[in-house]
Order: sequence, then C-alpha cells, then structure tokens
Amino acid sequence: MTLLEVSGLQKRFGGLLAVAGLDLVMASGEMLGLIGPNGAGKTTVFNLLSGFLAPDGGEIRFDGRSVVGLKPHEICRLGMARTFQIVRPFPQLSVLANVQVTTLARHPAMPAAREAARAVVERVGLGPRASELAGGLTLADRKRLELARALATEPALLLLDEVMAGLNATEIDNMVRLVGGINAGGTSVLLIEHNMRAVMSLSHRVVVLSFGEKIAAGLPREVAADRRVIEAYLGEEYVHPAQA
Amino acid sequence: MKILALLAVIGLVGLPWVVGSYLVTVMIFIFFYAYLGQAWNIVGGYAGQLSAGHAAFVGIGGYTAALLSARAGLSPWLGMWIGGVLAALLGAVIGYLGFRFGLRGFYFVLLTVAFAEICRVVALNVDAVGGALGLYITFTGNPRQFQFQDNRVYYYIALVLMLAATALVWFIERHRFGAYLTAIRQDESACEALGVDTLRVKMLAMVLSSFLTGIGGTFYAFYLFSLQPNAVFGIPLSVEIVIRPIVGGAGTVMGPLLGSFILSPLAEISRTYFAQGGWTGFHLIVYGVLLIAVVLFLPQGAYPALLRLVRRRAA
Repeated sequence: MTLLEVSGLQKRFGGLLAVAGLDLVMASGEMLGLIGPNGAGKTTVFNLLSGFLAPDGGEIRFDGRSVVGLKPHEICRLGMARTFQIVRPFPQLSVLANVQVTTLARHPAMPAAREAARAVVERVGLGPRASELAGGLTLADRKRLELARALATEPALLLLDEVMAGLNATEIDNMVRLVGGINAGGTSVLLIEHNMRAVMSLSHRVVVLSFGEKIAAGLPREVAADRRVIEAYLGEEYVHPAQA
Repeated sequence: MKILALLAVIGLVGLPWVVGSYLVTVMIFIFFYAYLGQAWNIVGGYAGQLSAGHAAFVGIGGYTAALLSARAGLSPWLGMWIGGVLAALLGAVIGYLGFRFGLRGFYFVLLTVAFAEICRVVALNVDAVGGALGLYITFTGNPRQFQFQDNRVYYYIALVLMLAATALVWFIERHRFGAYLTAIRQDESACEALGVDTLRVKMLAMVLSSFLTGIGGTFYAFYLFSLQPNAVFGIPLSVEIVIRPIVGGAGTVMGPLLGSFILSPLAEISRTYFAQGGWTGFHLIVYGVLLIAVVLFLPQGAYPALLRLVRRRAA
C-alpha cells in the first residue's frame, strides 16, 4: 500500500531551484534513504513534506490525501512526524517533560501523558536521564530525545534528518539499531543521512538527490555503484577509477 | 508549602484590622498590581509573547464599566464582565495580527504598544467618552455601584482578584495548556513539528490574559474614581504591569506576586515622600536601577533565585 506519494515537487529560493520536480513513492512499512551531497535539497524536501515550507509546484499525498497547504501541526497529527537536523529540544524542560509535550496531544490528562512519555523515553534508552534538563544532554542523547519526541506522536511515517550526524561509531551503532527497531515495529521511515554505512545497511531503497533532482534510485548496492552518484559526490574524475 | 500559603492568606485576611489605613492602601496597590502582573504572566511570562501594551486592556475595561454605569445605569458588577469581554476582543485582534503574521520579539512589542497608543489617542479625542478631560465617577458609596465607604472592602476585592488569578495560573501550569505555553516559549517551530497548534494556544493565552486585565480595569476605575486617557492607556501603566512579573520571575506562579510585593511599596513610598519636594517620577529612577540589577544578577527573576536559596539551605 502506498503511504507517501510525491509528484513534480518544486521549490524555488530566488534564482535557485532547490527542489526541481521530485517524484517519490513510499510503501507502507518501508525505510527509504534520501542521500545526496550538501545542498542537494534534502532538508528542503523535509520542510516541504512537513509543511514548514510551501511548495511552488507539485503534489504531496500522504495516506491518500493531499497535505499541501496544511500547517505543520496538522500534518503531524495526520501521522507524519519529523526531526530537525539541528536538534531543538526544549532546553529548560526535563527529558520526560520534552516528550510529554508530544504525548499530550493523544493523552490530554497530565498523568496519562507522562506515562506514555516515560514508555517512549525508555524505548529510546533515555530512561536514566528522564529527569535531567534537556539543555544539559550530550549530543548523542539530544539526538535520541529528538527522535523520542517525534516517535511519541505515534507516526505512520517518520522523517529523520541526519540523526547520526556528529555521533561516534558506538553511538551510530546504537542509533542504527534503534531506527531499525522502530521500522521493524511497522513505522515507515524516510531517512536523510550522510553516514553511508548506516544508510546503506538500514534502507530498503535509496533515492539520490543532486541539485534538487533525483539522479538515481534503487537498492542500496545498485545506487552505490551508479556512476552518476559517484560523480555527484566525488566529481567526474573519480568515476573511472572507481569502476576499474 | 501548602501550610505556608494558607498561613499567608489568613494573615492577609486579618491584616486590615490591625494596621492603619495608609498600609491598607499600600496593600491594595500591591494586590492589584500583582493581579495585573499575573494576568500578563499568562501571555508574557508563560507563552513568552512580550506584550508591552496591556494598559489598553485596563483602559477598555475601565471605560466600558464606567460609561455603562454613568450613561446606562448598569452596575459595574455587570459592566466589569462586559469590559473584560471587550478587552478580550481587542486582545484577540492584536493576538491574531501578531501571531498569524509571525511578528515575534521586538515586533510584537511594537505592535502591542501601537494598539495601546491608538486607544489612548482615540480616548483623548472622542468627546463622547470624556475626551482629554477623561471620566470622573461621582462618589455615592453605594456597594451596588462598586463603591464603598470602607477602604477595607477594596482591600478584600483586590485580595480576591490576586488570589483567584494566582490559583488560575497555578492550575494552568499543571495542565496541558500550561505545558504547551512553556514549550512554545522555548521553541515554537519544534512545537509545531510535534503537533501543537501554536496559533490556537497563543490566541487562547492572549484572550485569557486580556480578559483578566480588562476585569482589572473596573477595579481601577471605581477605586480611583477617575479615568484619564494618558494614565489609563499610557505606556507608563503598561510598564508598571510588565515590570513586576519580570522582576519577580516571569513564567512562574509566584513571580508576579513577589515582584509586586517588592516594587509596589517602593513606588508608593517614593511617590508619597518625593512628590512633595518636586521629585515627581523619582520612583521611575528606582525602577530603572532595580530593573538593571535584576537583568544583571537575576535574569530569571527574584522568585527562582529565592527558590534556589531555600533549597540550598534545606540541602
């Protein structure tokens, strides 16, 4: 079953075409990797999907209905939740209270919301930090918290914007396991990621963006061998040695 | 903590029977400005939307009740609610313009000041509402006209206003609405991404805050027996409303009260002692110095600092 269907999506910033007619289809339960060099338009795609930016053209259908023109909170409530590349926890709230802001939508009473929040906090492994202020967490824990808050909206589709960035090897392994587990639980995941090992091992399919256009799509190993992808990342002169 | 609060309330109820009338007057100002500060605290403190034009709501509320009483014979006890509703309407207009079109920080400050100034200029120039002379309320001493021979009745009304607003804010802080307000203050975009309808929550805060402030306008009018456009819609009153919660601790339940207990007596005393010697306005210098000190040394306000101190002693 198709969960997300993007067709002809366009966004222009002045003279720059940040997203140039993108088509994208995601099946329910799928984990799709969205990769591309810096400035390729990946985060802009997230901002368009989640309603933080209005597209200049094209259509976004989520779960059978158009979400173009809806506000971010409305899209979130339909079941599409995002994280931010630059994490934005509420610094003066505890970890638990941060997640509780999310769970209050489904559990209006504070004790029920707190209980639901605690379950999510435990699930992402932040249990021991539940009562600490979010502002004092390490980057790895702040990334976890960012993920926990989005997860607590109980989404059908999770948009993860570079949740591995800035983490060390152990932390990345933990995060890969966590994201894999979330997907295995039935939540579809659209993953923007620069860490190739992580994105290649997690994704069912990978879409490559360059200058706002889709230049390749397919299974992780197909994409990794695609000469247009290597060219986009490394430049033309690397294409032949890489294939040799 | 609860016992302490109960003892404080009992003490305040008994106070006017043991102290002189001057102190009762000072206490009335403390309570009243704590009430206004608490009303502002909802939108300015918890939601972090810095309204610097809350005098507009005092003025709308006061003028409405006074005019309805003088022209239509309607008791201020009823006019008070109508004044509150009209103030809330103005609050909704200001809030919608500010929040819908993304005026944040300084721009929202300017928007609120501009609306208060518009109200002031209109009140100054429209003779039907008293014009530059303002409105004077004839003293009848009739309780149904919100007038009392005994100063202590005003004392108790102001005390009830303060306690009711504080109870309301205490309640809000412990429920979803309060959790949303606190989160919005810290990161609005993150709230939107997490499914919080920030426009709706901020509008609700603005409407509630302006409604309560409008109610306060009736007390202002019928305690002072006069409404002057420059005084009741002016920037100085807006500053009086804002400065107490900021000094006491914006976005905390006790902040506006503590701020008022610190600043209102200072204002009253300096007004009494310095006004005769041609020192009118001296209290503003005191405010300025105090505000600088708070910003420098207690940026979160006096109440959070006090809490830390008490906890450290206890530990």
